[in-house]
Amino acid sequence: MATHHILNYVVPGDDFTRAGEASSAVKNTLKQLGIDNAAIRKVSIAIYEGEINMVIHAGGGTITVDISDQEVAMILQDKGPGIADISKAMEEGFSTAPDEIRLLGFGAGMGLPNMRKFTDEFNLQSTLGIGTTVTMKVKF
Amino acid sequence: MKIKEIQDILEAKILCGAHLLDTDVTHACAADLMSDVLAYDHSSSVLLTGLCNPQVVRTAEMLDIRCLVFVRNKAPDEQTLELAKSKDIVVMTTYHMMFSSCGLLYQNGMRGGA
Repeated sequence: MATHHILNYVVPGDDFTRAGEASSAVKNTLKQLGIDNAAIRKVSIAIYEGEINMVIHAGGGTITVDISDQEVAMILQDKGPGIADISKAMEEGFSTAPDEIRLLGFGAGMGLPNMRKFTDEFNLQSTLGIGTTVTMKVKF
Repeated sequence: MKIKEIQDILEAKILCGAHLLDTDVTHACAADLMSDVLAYDHSSSVLLTGLCNPQVVRTAEMLDIRCLVFVRNKAPDEQTLELAKSKDIVVMTTYHMMFSSCGLLYQNGMRGGA
């Protein structure tokens, strides 16, 4: 039977300086488990972009990671405002982030496209006023 | 190229990671937008930037970047430096502007990542 490592994190939404702590913890666990480096990098980029998005747009959220011997599955869930136009949000360069976020080095409209680019499976569900759930998988 | 050579070429001041200057680095990238670094560059081990916040270190961590060079005499705050220390990332600051810093490194054999 396949072994599963399940990781759960709460991402605080009020402190941009702490964004990335969950991603860092996930990366460390993947390293400790001896997961392939290329897969670790893909997971790291995808989950970090997702975590940043949660802090910028949604006031935080939760991250669940399920690591098995064949893949890393990630669920990023928030109770933010939701995404009005998902296909627009998936376009490279489209962003609704405020200027102060751009001054912090993000908000260039690359987050969601990057998450899709670096994962083998990507699914985004969003309802206005309810929140957004992103599920992603990186296989190895 | 050793990280020590980068320090010498850019006449940079080391802010943390002085014990790691013998580390070999092969490629460099330069950006103020971390989203671009995450999107386009996955082989660099040096990042030159004018952006000063903890997310620069987080981005470096995610991409296994070994050395951060802050240009235009910028210096990160204590919190950012502490984070870099905990991740064994060398941090230095140079008075050179971004363009000159990149040019000097390129002239001395450093190349861009992809």
